[in-house]
Amino acid sequence: MIRAAVRRANQNKRLNVKKSMVFLILFLGSIMLLTPLWWMLSTSLKSPQEIMQYPPSFFPKGFHLSNYIEAWKTGDFTRWSLNTLLIAVVTTIGNVFVNAFIAYGFAKVRFKGRNALFVLVLSTMLIPGFVTMVPQYVLFSKLGWVNTYLPLIVPAFLGSAFNIFLIRQFMMTIPNEIIEAAIMDGASYFRIWWLIAMPLVKPALITVAIFSFTGAWNDLLGPLLYLSDEKLYTLQLGLQTFKGSVQTQWNYLMAMSVMVMIPTILIFYLFQRHFIKGSNISAGMKG
Amino acid sequence: MTADQAKTRLPSISLSPKKTRAVAPSVSSVRKRNLIGYIFILPWLIGFVGLIAGPLLFSLFASFTDYNITSKMNFIGLENYKRMFTLDDMFWTALWNTLYYVIFSVPLTTAGAIMIAVLLNQQVKGMKVFRTIYYLPSILSGVAVYFLWMQLLSPSTGLVNQFLHIFGIEGPSWLFDPNWTKPALILMKMWSVGGGMLLYLGRMQGISPSLYEAADLDGASGFRKFFHITLPMITPIIFFDIITSTIGSFQIFQEAYVMTQNGQGGPGNSLLFYNLHMWNNAFKSFDMGYASAMAWFLFIIIMALTFTNLKVGKKWVYYDGGDDK
Repeated sequence: MIRAAVRRANQNKRLNVKKSMVFLILFLGSIMLLTPLWWMLSTSLKSPQEIMQYPPSFFPKGFHLSNYIEAWKTGDFTRWSLNTLLIAVVTTIGNVFVNAFIAYGFAKVRFKGRNALFVLVLSTMLIPGFVTMVPQYVLFSKLGWVNTYLPLIVPAFLGSAFNIFLIRQFMMTIPNEIIEAAIMDGASYFRIWWLIAMPLVKPALITVAIFSFTGAWNDLLGPLLYLSDEKLYTLQLGLQTFKGSVQTQWNYLMAMSVMVMIPTILIFYLFQRHFIKGSNISAGMKG
Repeated sequence: MTADQAKTRLPSISLSPKKTRAVAPSVSSVRKRNLIGYIFILPWLIGFVGLIAGPLLFSLFASFTDYNITSKMNFIGLENYKRMFTLDDMFWTALWNTLYYVIFSVPLTTAGAIMIAVLLNQQVKGMKVFRTIYYLPSILSGVAVYFLWMQLLSPSTGLVNQFLHIFGIEGPSWLFDPNWTKPALILMKMWSVGGGMLLYLGRMQGISPSLYEAADLDGASGFRKFFHITLPMITPIIFFDIITSTIGSFQIFQEAYVMTQNGQGGPGNSLLFYNLHMWNNAFKSFDMGYASAMAWFLFIIIMALTFTNLKVGKKWVYYDGGDDK
């Protein structure tokens, strides 16, 4: 009896030691991951003199919030923010509705060649984007779309393999009986898609919306390739050119970086659950 | 355009299904269903032909010409490929730089993501907060992140070298030293392994606790449990992760473009990655024919790697549902 109790106590002790170890490792790791973000914030608030100082200070001596205003004025950042917002909103709308439309076809309409075509959808995920970039540029420039937002926006209305897959996974779980009943009642496929399927897959749609909005917000490649008129710039492109003009003014660079990141962090904070859900769906498919 | 098409066809279809509804679907209803199916996937079909298949074929053709976007396409046979393999030293530099990056970053990020997922799968106080913190860096991307890391990796005042200094280590010049530029980018990549971590964590949480309980009864150690239960169960994710991150790492571009002087390739061309070289050929010198040849060679490399992964994967990936796909 006593021996068993001692053993249990030992086991508990070992378990507690293990738990504290895990906690400690996770805690130190968290600090390492968060310090860069703190550094960004702290640098963005420093005066130019303080940045030059060696060794660098971990906490800024004064809060130079004026850095943010000064940095904002170095370029047409107000315009660029609005441009970026416009592109991000439009591509998000395209991504959500068009991919949901396509996904419904693959999930709930039995048509000839469906399975083969779906395999084709999945296999396009393996094609590196850079391979199609050169010919796509040729196509868009022949269409006269260079220096417009069309090359950034139109593809979002033509489906993307991963989003189709993600929404389809959700749509597959809708019971066929519901759909059959609706057909019996004379509802068209399109009404069923819009009135029955769409509300049922809302979590997937939100996930797609979040990913495409943040994706468009942070995209540099597309704008870099297609936009050369400064009036049309996006934030990422503006930020990138900003680097060349104020090479050493790290406080400004960091202040701008903080501002550009804020929307993404805000979205992450508000929709955390959906970020995680999206990842779990893709984990499910590989099982 | 496609949404409009769909809308204009909507009324004509919505009228009919109720009368053709029967136990065994008639020929006309099958035909109708086929048509409706294709209307649903029409946007994708247009995108596939216009943005993927068409461009792929076009660039294959262009790779045998001296096309420069304004010129006619003169057929020059294998000249571009010959130039690539025998005359262009930078091509080999770029390929080597890219391979270096892939070979180190893929295993390191995979292992890192698994390790963190194991830690985050324990029952410890504050786990929700920890998970958020570890995931956070992976959602941050774009130019701001590259700026941040240029600052962190600054040789004298950067945080990384300041940290190393505490342990008496003289940190390298990172982005200014050709030997350290690529490790610098890999380090930056490691910061955001949280995205992959989440996939592993999701899978680990789905492993039945009874497996671990059985192992506990047998007195298995934590390591044994990891190697004999956890690891086999997450192989499908590892497999997927390796395939996608290999494809992704092969296409590294933005980091090098932003963190060097406008894509010039960094000190000693040490950050001239494959895609950067291709980009410069395509959009700086408008040598579209040559860039297309490079694009196709990249395509072939990646396809070959993916197929190898798929083939080899069959040997080590464990699916609990048995032999299905």
